[in-house]
Amino acid sequence: MQLSTAARRLLAALAAFVMVFLYAPIAYVVLLSFNKTRSIIFDGFTTEWWTKTFHNEEVRTALAGSVKTALVATSLALILGTLASLAVHRFEFFGRDAVSFAVILPIALPGIVTGIALNSAFRRILGWRLGFVTLVVAHTTFCIVVVFNNVVARLRRLPGNLAEASSDLGADPFQTFRHVTFPLLRSALVAGGLLAFALSFDEIVVTTFTAGAGISTLPQFILGNYSRPNNLPIVNVVAVTVLVLSLVPAWLAQRLTDA
Amino acid sequence: MSTASKGIARAFARRRWAQLTVLLGAPLAWLVVIYIGALGALLLTSFYSLDSFTFTVVKKAGLQNFRELLDVSVYRRVALRTLTVALAVTVIDVALALPIAFYLAKVATPRIRRILAVAITLPLWASYLVKAYAWRTFLDPEGGLLRKVFGLSPGFGLPAMVLVLGYLWLPYAILPIYAGLERLPDSLLEASSDLGGRAGATFRSVVIPLLLPALLAASIFTFSLSLGDYITVGIVGGKTQMIGNVIYANFGVNNVPFAAAFAVVPMLIMVVYLLVVRRSGALENL
Repeated sequence: MQLSTAARRLLAALAAFVMVFLYAPIAYVVLLSFNKTRSIIFDGFTTEWWTKTFHNEEVRTALAGSVKTALVATSLALILGTLASLAVHRFEFFGRDAVSFAVILPIALPGIVTGIALNSAFRRILGWRLGFVTLVVAHTTFCIVVVFNNVVARLRRLPGNLAEASSDLGADPFQTFRHVTFPLLRSALVAGGLLAFALSFDEIVVTTFTAGAGISTLPQFILGNYSRPNNLPIVNVVAVTVLVLSLVPAWLAQRLTDA
Repeated sequence: MSTASKGIARAFARRRWAQLTVLLGAPLAWLVVIYIGALGALLLTSFYSLDSFTFTVVKKAGLQNFRELLDVSVYRRVALRTLTVALAVTVIDVALALPIAFYLAKVATPRIRRILAVAITLPLWASYLVKAYAWRTFLDPEGGLLRKVFGLSPGFGLPAMVLVLGYLWLPYAILPIYAGLERLPDSLLEASSDLGGRAGATFRSVVIPLLLPALLAASIFTFSLSLGDYITVGIVGGKTQMIGNVIYANFGVNNVPFAAAFAVVPMLIMVVYLLVVRRSGALENL
């Protein structure tokens, strides 16, 4: 397709504009986390808020809660997502399309629908009290799809005859999985797991409806404090912390899927 | 391995249904029993009602909640407004994402392409709340950055909401379209141009039809995420109400049946939309 130089320049300019648009708000919060005053306009540099936030008990509890939730939800999602992707990829069965559909539903439906559906089910049907367990169950539900998508994409690119060759050489399905399939899936699993971790780490809507006594997360802390002018600087620091802590796994996942 | 377990493993290898059960059992139990079950229960609750004296759920099925949704003009307006906002956000995002994705996939040098692809993905992992909240500091009509620097700001309200939702979901729109364009062979574009097709004609009759599944995949996220949002609405929407806010408020005062009935609206819209676009292969592009 022959594009004129003007058209190419226009596209490049648009791309540059979108980059500024995407990063300006994020950069501004990073800047404000070093702001001398509690204002939303930058007045001068200080690291005071970073020190204060680091020693804030509530923030530490929330950070531990976020990490714990994301770790457990990611582990469960890795197991369930891998099993589902192997089933959908290897077998033809009645309802296969329905399974793929059920896997993507938790992220394709608005978070508030998932949130109140799970909240009602936990409290009214199962009679559970909301807490760490309900939060992990909810997070796992929408993390499965990330693992599933990554593993299915990898399985599609793998030659199918490797597993057959292994079976012809006398390996049972468990041995084939351990020695052939799993090593080939490893980087896709790491990438899917990292994305699931980042997804869980940043989630707020479903969290609002499924977390309860004994557990709090960083996004909950941000939501609870952003409208309090006094806590503004600490919210900014927490915001940047969440940013950095989700960027690292996302960045690693990107590199793994590219390689 | 012992002989007994070897025997079991060998028997297992011959039975495909046994393998399938082992693979599918846990994920199906999780997704169908917990998730689909919860959605089904929510659907059922939407037909119940709330006793106005005791504030308990009365389990007698009826259409009263849905009648209220249709009869009360505020709810009709909220539903219509939400649909319009979700549609506007989707159109804006896809319209912005298409040229950016095209630039990335077909115009930029490989080095710039790699950098930009990462740069577009990363903001997705920057907290949603933080970004919405950063826009609040930009848009603040009193001392916000836009007012200070440019002297004007749309303030908080409907336009601010469309802007911020469009901002939040833009990467979700760019990524599937970019992936779709990367799969589109350059030779097709060259062939069209060799046959005399100008850029505009090639775009309309070659690129867009082949890109349709990716465009639909992009719209699923932008549409669904806007349809249920209540947090961004609260942060930059001023007094504006969307479906999500009404659900949240009713759920908060324990009027679960009415919250469930209003939640059925986005749920049904999304399920129907997903089933329709599934035939184009859009779901494989997510």
